[in-house]
Amino acid sequence: MTDDIQQQEIENELAAADAVRPEKFEYAIRIRGLRNQFGDAIIHDGLDLDVRSGEILGVVGGSGTGKSVLMRSIVGLQTPTAGEIEVYGKTLDTITDAEESRDLRRRWGVMFQGGALFSTLSVAENIQVPLREYYPRLDQRLLDEIAAYKVQMVGLPPDAGPKYPAELSGGMVKRAGLARSLALDPALLFLDEPTAGLDPIGAAKFDELIRELADTMGLTVFLITHDLDSLYATCDRVAVLAEKKVIAVGTIPELLATEHPWIQDYFNGPRGRAAASCKQATERQDGKS
Amino acid sequence: MVARADFETSDGAHGAAVRFTGRLTLARLGDVPARLEALGPIESLDLSGLERIDTVGAWIVTRTVNEHGAKIIGASPEAERLLDALKDDKSEYRVHRDRRSAIERMLDQVGTASVAIWRELVGIVDFFGAMIIALAVQIRARRRLRWNAVVTRFQAVGVDALPIIGLMSFLIGIVIAQQGAVQLEQFGLEVFTINLVGRASIRELGLLMTAIMVAGRSGSAFAAQIGTMKLTEEVDAMRTIGVSPMEAIVLPRVAASTITMPLLGFYASICAIVGGGVFCWVGLEIPPLTYVQRLREIIPMTDFYIMLIKAPVFGILIGVTGCYEGMQVRQNAEEVGKRTTSAVVAAIFLVIVLDAFFAVFFSSLGWN
Repeated sequence: MTDDIQQQEIENELAAADAVRPEKFEYAIRIRGLRNQFGDAIIHDGLDLDVRSGEILGVVGGSGTGKSVLMRSIVGLQTPTAGEIEVYGKTLDTITDAEESRDLRRRWGVMFQGGALFSTLSVAENIQVPLREYYPRLDQRLLDEIAAYKVQMVGLPPDAGPKYPAELSGGMVKRAGLARSLALDPALLFLDEPTAGLDPIGAAKFDELIRELADTMGLTVFLITHDLDSLYATCDRVAVLAEKKVIAVGTIPELLATEHPWIQDYFNGPRGRAAASCKQATERQDGKS
Repeated sequence: MVARADFETSDGAHGAAVRFTGRLTLARLGDVPARLEALGPIESLDLSGLERIDTVGAWIVTRTVNEHGAKIIGASPEAERLLDALKDDKSEYRVHRDRRSAIERMLDQVGTASVAIWRELVGIVDFFGAMIIALAVQIRARRRLRWNAVVTRFQAVGVDALPIIGLMSFLIGIVIAQQGAVQLEQFGLEVFTINLVGRASIRELGLLMTAIMVAGRSGSAFAAQIGTMKLTEEVDAMRTIGVSPMEAIVLPRVAASTITMPLLGFYASICAIVGGGVFCWVGLEIPPLTYVQRLREIIPMTDFYIMLIKAPVFGILIGVTGCYEGMQVRQNAEEVGKRTTSAVVAAIFLVIVLDAFFAVFFSSLGWN
C-alpha cells in the first residue's frame, strides 16, 4: 500500500522532471520588447536580449538602469508592463498551471545581492529548503550529505553548516547564498552583484568559483555586476544596459569596437583600463608558463 | 519521456557489478539510492551507460565508492570532473549542532531561562540608571530636550490612543456597574453601585487598564521601532556621528509616556465613571444629577492623588521597558518580534506588581 503511494510519488517526480528540458534549448532566455514602468518612470522600453545556453552573460549598466529590475522580471518577481520573456520556451506570465511554473522555477537558482538567507535557519537548513520543497521524499541522511557537499563546493569552512546567517561574515553570506541557489543543480543561475562588498581577494576567488562551477556543471549564468574585473575574469559575453534597453551585446573586444560613448567611458575609464591590463598580464604569464 | 536513473547488476568476483543507465540526476533519481543501499557488497560501478550526471548523482557514486571500496569504470570527462571535485574528505563538514540528551537540554533550558530573567531585571534597572545619567548630562550641558521628538511621540502614545482607551474604559465602567448592581441588589443596596464604580475607576481600574493598553500599543511600538533601527545599524550610525541614542531615541519616548500616562489615566477614569453613570441611569434609574452628587461625597481627594502618583511611575516603566528591549535586539529580524513580545509582557507584569505594592503602601499610609 505505502509502496504503491511511494511508487506513485516517484512517477510524479519523474514526470515533472520531463516537463522542462533545458538541454533542448539553444537560448535559455529570450526577451522581446520588454517594457517596465513604475508610475511615470519608464525603466525599460523595447528591451531585447538573448541568453545562450551554457554561457556566462554579464549584465552591466549605470546605477538605476534597471539591471535588478530586469532580473526580477525574468524570474517573475516583477510583472512587466509589456513584452515577452521566455525562459526555456515558457512564458511565466502565461503559465496558469501551478505545477508548470514550479517545474520552471526549479530549473533556476537565484542569488540575491544581500544573500537573502532565511535568518532563522542555519546555513545547512537554508540549502535544504529548496530540496525539501521539491523532493520531499529524500531521506535526511542524503539531505545532510548534499548540504555538506554544497557547503564545501562554494568554499565555506567545514564548521559553517550549523551556523546561522547572523554569525557569518559578508563574504560567507554570499557564498552561503550561492550554495542555496545551487541546491537543486539548476541549469540557469542568476547572480545579482555577487562580488559587491567583497574585498578584492575575496572577489577574485568568487569570480574563479563561479567560472569553475559553470564549467563543471554546464551552467548558464546571468550575472549582474559593477565589477570590471569580474567581467574580464568570468563572462563569455557582456550585455550593456543603457537608454532603457540593451544597447550592445558581445564579447569585450566586440564592445570596445563600438562607438557608443557610455561603453567607451565604461571600458576605457581608468578602472576599465586597469582591469584590461591586468587581464592581459595574466594571459601573458599563462602563455609563458 | 527521458530515461530515469536506473541500474542493472551482474555478479563479480567480490560482489555485484553495477551498471548505471539513464540520467543520474536529482530530478530523475527515483528509488535508486534506496535500492543501492539494499544491495550487498559492490565491486564496481560502470558509468559508461549514463546519459547525464549531476552533483547529487556524483555524490551517490562517491558515497557507494567510499562505503564498498568499489571501482569506477567508464566515467565520461564530464562525470570525471564532478567526481574529482568530490574527492576531498568531507567528513569534517558538519551540518547539525551537537545533540545532547533530553535531561541535559531540559536542565540547560531551565538554567538559561532563570539567568535570562535575572539578567533582564538587572538590565532594566541598569538601563534606567543609564537613562537618568543621560538626562543629567543633558541638563548639565544645557542642551534642550528634543521637544519635537517628544511631541511626535506624545501624539502617537496619547492622542491617537484616546478613542480606544475611551471606549474600553466606558465599557468597563458599564460592566463594573452591572455586575456590582447584581450583587448589591440582593441586600437592597443598589445605590452603593456608585461607590463601587467611582472609587474603583479613580483609584485602580482606570489607570491599570490604561497602562495595559499603553504597554500593548506604545511599549511594543518602542521596542519594534528601536529594534529595527538596531538591525539597520541606524543606532550605530547615530553613535558614530556623536548623537547619543539615549538622548535622541530613548529620552523623548520615555518622556512622552511619562507625561501622557496621568492624562490618559484620568481620562480613562472619567470615561469609566460615565459608563457606570449611563448604566445607573438606564438600569437602576438613578438620575445623573444624583449620581454626580454622590460621587463628590464618596470619592476622597486621596484617591485622585494616588492615581496621579502612580501614573507617571507606570509611564516611566512602560517607556523604559520598551526602549530597553528594543536596544537588546541583535542579529536577525526574529529578534525584533521576540523582544517586542517580552517588552509588552514585562511591562504589564511589572505594572501589576508595582500596583500591588502601591495598594499596600497607600493603605498603610491610611489613605483609604
